[in-house]
Amino acid sequence: MYHAIVFLPLLGFFIAGLLSFVKNNPASDKVAQILTATLVSVAALYSIYAFTINIVDAKVVHIKLFDWIAVGSLVVSWAIYVDPVTRIMLVVITSVSALVHIYSIGYMSHDSSKPRFMAYLSLFTFTMLALVTADNFLQLFFGWEGVGLASYLLIGFWYKKPTANAASIKAFVVNRIGDFGLALGIFAIFYLFGSLDYQVVFSKAEALAAGTSNISDTINFFGYQFGSINLICFLLFIGAMGKSAQIFLHTWLPDAMEGPTPVSALIHAATMVTAGVFLVVRCSPMYDLAPDVLSFITLIGASTAIFAASVGLVQNDIKRVIAYSTCSQLGYMFFAVGVGAYGAAMFHLFTHAFFKALLFLGAGSVIHAVNDEQDIRKMGGLSTYIPLTHILMIIGTISLMGFPFTAGYYSKDAIIESAYLASSGFSSYAFIVGLLGVVMTSFYSWRLMFLTFNGKSRIDEDNLSKVHESPAIMLVPLIVLAIGALFSGYLFKNYFIGSSSELFWGHSIALHHADHHDIPFLIYYAPMLLGFIGFFLAWYMYLKNKQLPHDLAKLNGPLYNFLLNKWYFDEIYNFIFVKPARATGLFLWKQIDGYIIDGFGPDGISKLVLNLSLRAKKIQSGYIYHYAFAILIGVSIFITYFIYKGI
Amino acid sequence: MNIFLPILPEISIFISAIFLLLLGLFIKNIKLIINLAVVTLILAIVFVIYQPIGTAFNNSLVNDEFSKVIKILILLGSLASIIMYHSSRKDLNIDLYEFPILILLATIGMLVMASANDLIAIFIGLELQSLTLYVLASLNRNHLASSEAGLKYFLLGALSSGLLLFGLSYIYGFTGNTNLNLISTTVAPGNIGLIIGIVFVTSGLAFKVSAVPFHMWTPDVYEGAPTPVTAFFAMAPKVAAIAVAVRFLIVGFSDVAFEWQQIIIFLSIASMVFAAFAAIAQTNIKRLMAYSSIGHVGYALIGLACGTEQGISSIVIYLSIYLVMNIGVFSFILSMKYKGEHYENISDLSGLYKNHPYYSVIITVFMFSLAGIPPLAGFFGKFYIFIAAIESNLMLLAIIGILASVVGAFYYLRIIKVIYFDEEKHSFDGFNHKSLHLLIHPSAFLIILFCLYPLPLINIANYAANAFY
Repeated sequence: MYHAIVFLPLLGFFIAGLLSFVKNNPASDKVAQILTATLVSVAALYSIYAFTINIVDAKVVHIKLFDWIAVGSLVVSWAIYVDPVTRIMLVVITSVSALVHIYSIGYMSHDSSKPRFMAYLSLFTFTMLALVTADNFLQLFFGWEGVGLASYLLIGFWYKKPTANAASIKAFVVNRIGDFGLALGIFAIFYLFGSLDYQVVFSKAEALAAGTSNISDTINFFGYQFGSINLICFLLFIGAMGKSAQIFLHTWLPDAMEGPTPVSALIHAATMVTAGVFLVVRCSPMYDLAPDVLSFITLIGASTAIFAASVGLVQNDIKRVIAYSTCSQLGYMFFAVGVGAYGAAMFHLFTHAFFKALLFLGAGSVIHAVNDEQDIRKMGGLSTYIPLTHILMIIGTISLMGFPFTAGYYSKDAIIESAYLASSGFSSYAFIVGLLGVVMTSFYSWRLMFLTFNGKSRIDEDNLSKVHESPAIMLVPLIVLAIGALFSGYLFKNYFIGSSSELFWGHSIALHHADHHDIPFLIYYAPMLLGFIGFFLAWYMYLKNKQLPHDLAKLNGPLYNFLLNKWYFDEIYNFIFVKPARATGLFLWKQIDGYIIDGFGPDGISKLVLNLSLRAKKIQSGYIYHYAFAILIGVSIFITYFIYKGI
Repeated sequence: MNIFLPILPEISIFISAIFLLLLGLFIKNIKLIINLAVVTLILAIVFVIYQPIGTAFNNSLVNDEFSKVIKILILLGSLASIIMYHSSRKDLNIDLYEFPILILLATIGMLVMASANDLIAIFIGLELQSLTLYVLASLNRNHLASSEAGLKYFLLGALSSGLLLFGLSYIYGFTGNTNLNLISTTVAPGNIGLIIGIVFVTSGLAFKVSAVPFHMWTPDVYEGAPTPVTAFFAMAPKVAAIAVAVRFLIVGFSDVAFEWQQIIIFLSIASMVFAAFAAIAQTNIKRLMAYSSIGHVGYALIGLACGTEQGISSIVIYLSIYLVMNIGVFSFILSMKYKGEHYENISDLSGLYKNHPYYSVIITVFMFSLAGIPPLAGFFGKFYIFIAAIESNLMLLAIIGILASVVGAFYYLRIIKVIYFDEEKHSFDGFNHKSLHLLIHPSAFLIILFCLYPLPLINIANYAANAFY
């Protein structure tokens, strides 16, 4: 069964990949679309089955497929390792992927290279599955790089668009920084523990922390002594920051919206960006031994949550608003991890996958309806034209804002409560920021909804008449996701964070029990109340008093521009990194390589050689007395040498 | 009978040569003579293999492991030359029955050289070989370049023989012996007269192996002589002359090794470097092969400069591989013909790949091997030489050798570039003479597959080197 889950998408990738060489053939396009969607759907059904098993019996399944690398003491196998954490990821990945595959059949109907798109989606699904089913860090790294590659390919899917190319390169490069951290972390793990197996590494780490191990508890890094486990956890987290678009390494995520919308839903909302959270949760036994790093994660997570939410307040591109929202929600997951609430983080990851994929696919449906317009200032009043999409997006939005009894309500509450109860570093900062974030989340979500669907339409007459509801093949996945967005929280809260959590998780994560009864009444209901405040603010500003946003923007010009320009991160990075790098590159290319190395190296030497060879040719005059002369000179030189040297 | 057993191959070839000479006067069937010559050489190889180890004529000829291996290489080279001659004798206007006979006579000289353990035997062998080579070079009497090549070779060869003989007389004068074993007992460091003798003899031998600065005749003769003769020059006489140098220096003068080592090192470096640079400007492929052979001799001399068992063994490996590569390359050059006319310029090969992809791949293999690019045999030849040099602390020699091979790679690779990337010029109708198939495919096969099973050759080389230590 687990084999099928992992390898069916790979099969789909191969077949669709081969079909992509057949150009302009509707039949092969159909085959590729239906086949990949079917294969991933089968994998999704298996995953759901595996997940339901987990509720009854959370046993670990460990299948070793084969030894991948065996060099000296480095033995790395290719495995399928399934524990509760993996099962959650499996169900999230395959179900969202299956729905996105199906949705893409409709969304990409006008595209000319459908099999290629489906192949990439399936490739992504396979690599993501390889990532989460790893039993060692190297296979994880394979999956990690694999999803990076698939993400690169899909962001740049419309490769004729320069902005898409730039965005894909940016995503790749920014991710490399994180990946570099991850790779260093893996090196450090192998250096210290001599193994890359999770189980071996975690048990050795525990022994190290308990002082019953002969492994050095400090490690020299750039001349500084660091605590071994601290350093490893920190480096791994750098990797997680890159993949999960945490602040400082987040800049690629909004730009990644250049890709087709189903890609944004699958990769940049539900699955790949949560790989960082998965990594930290997977390594929770080790992170528990590194409280300093956990504090750092809390700080970064909380900062990301508030930063991204604040930027989301003023963005005008429908997908970018949701992208910043994703970034912000990832921040929530990370500070949940940081305060030790691994279960809550996974729970939010789980619910977030549904409502965020729903929002993205809904946004895709809107974009599809209004002829590829993405600017919400040029929409408005669409609720009467695409009512079903409107309703589905409302479901996504209320789940995101944490409306009572929707999925987001349970998971986000759990995170904020954990932050309140925790006493680790930066937990109070995280708590306050978390609450503030709730207002903002609610505000930007409803701002988006009101500007898009309510009020008077700002679309011109011609286009307005063409606005149409999406076909069923796109709406059905939305409906399935909407069901998840509504009920996945209520149904599974007991397992993830409630009374059954111990049975559900088994030993797969480090569990901490906090007494939830100590939470004051006000705190308990605060997130919900703040969510409503955000809703009313948005309602007042965008439906009631429409002049207010303009006035506010004018009044607080600098602040507004600061937010609109995303805290000027891109500009600062451009100034600090990109421009000096370009200048250095130009200098090395033109001056060092072109002038010095080529001039004195290849070009210079080849000129010299040619010169010498022409001289050597000239010696060969063809006159016999020259030749005889050379012979005699040769003999004379030898004899002179020996006579002068003496013996 | 027993005293003739050690020189049985020489005698059998000699009888056959005389017989064929008489036969040629009465029968105009050149093919028969060629066939008989081939049979003679094959028979000689069998004799050499089954000959017992021993000495003849008062120890002036020896039959040891080294001479046996060298003789087989010489005989194979002669054999290949006769086959090449057969494939092209009509086109090249050298359809003369003397050719195989001259080759046989030269072969006798070379076999004597391989066994010569006496100054006089050395000189006799060398002169017998040289005289026939002069005639061979000018075999195409009606062709100006061929006559010129023969004349140049003869004049310079006479000069070098003079130097050699002068050196031999010096050595005799200072040691009182002509036998190398006896000489070695009287050799002592510090004898300047002896060293001068060695310098003259080495210079004479360097002329035969065409080491710089005694190489000047080589390009002109290689270019002017008919191609099968050039192929012969590039193969058997080189092997024989190096064998003489090895036996002369190692057996006779190991006590003053430090002195002659310096000469050999100089010759080796000068040959490698000069050949690498001079070859770049060449346009004629035979001339190019002349410089190539000069360079290869330079590498082989590294092994001699080591003066160790490993060095000698690496020389044998190197010469064997060199021989096989040359058989292949010259077979290819002989195939470069269009409507019966032979072409010799590198530019004639341009765009060859389009018409003859298979042969292009084969010549690519040979060129890569000559350049010493792994995993082809040529790489291993150089590899063992450099290992021997490093083991003998001749680091500088090894480094210069490697650098020279980098420069040298250029002109081999240029041929490949011309074949694959240049505009197609004209097609060749050759590449189909069946006797050349006998040479070109086995040699390509050996070059490519040597890396898989190098052990036999290494064992043979160690066996040969064993003779001196």
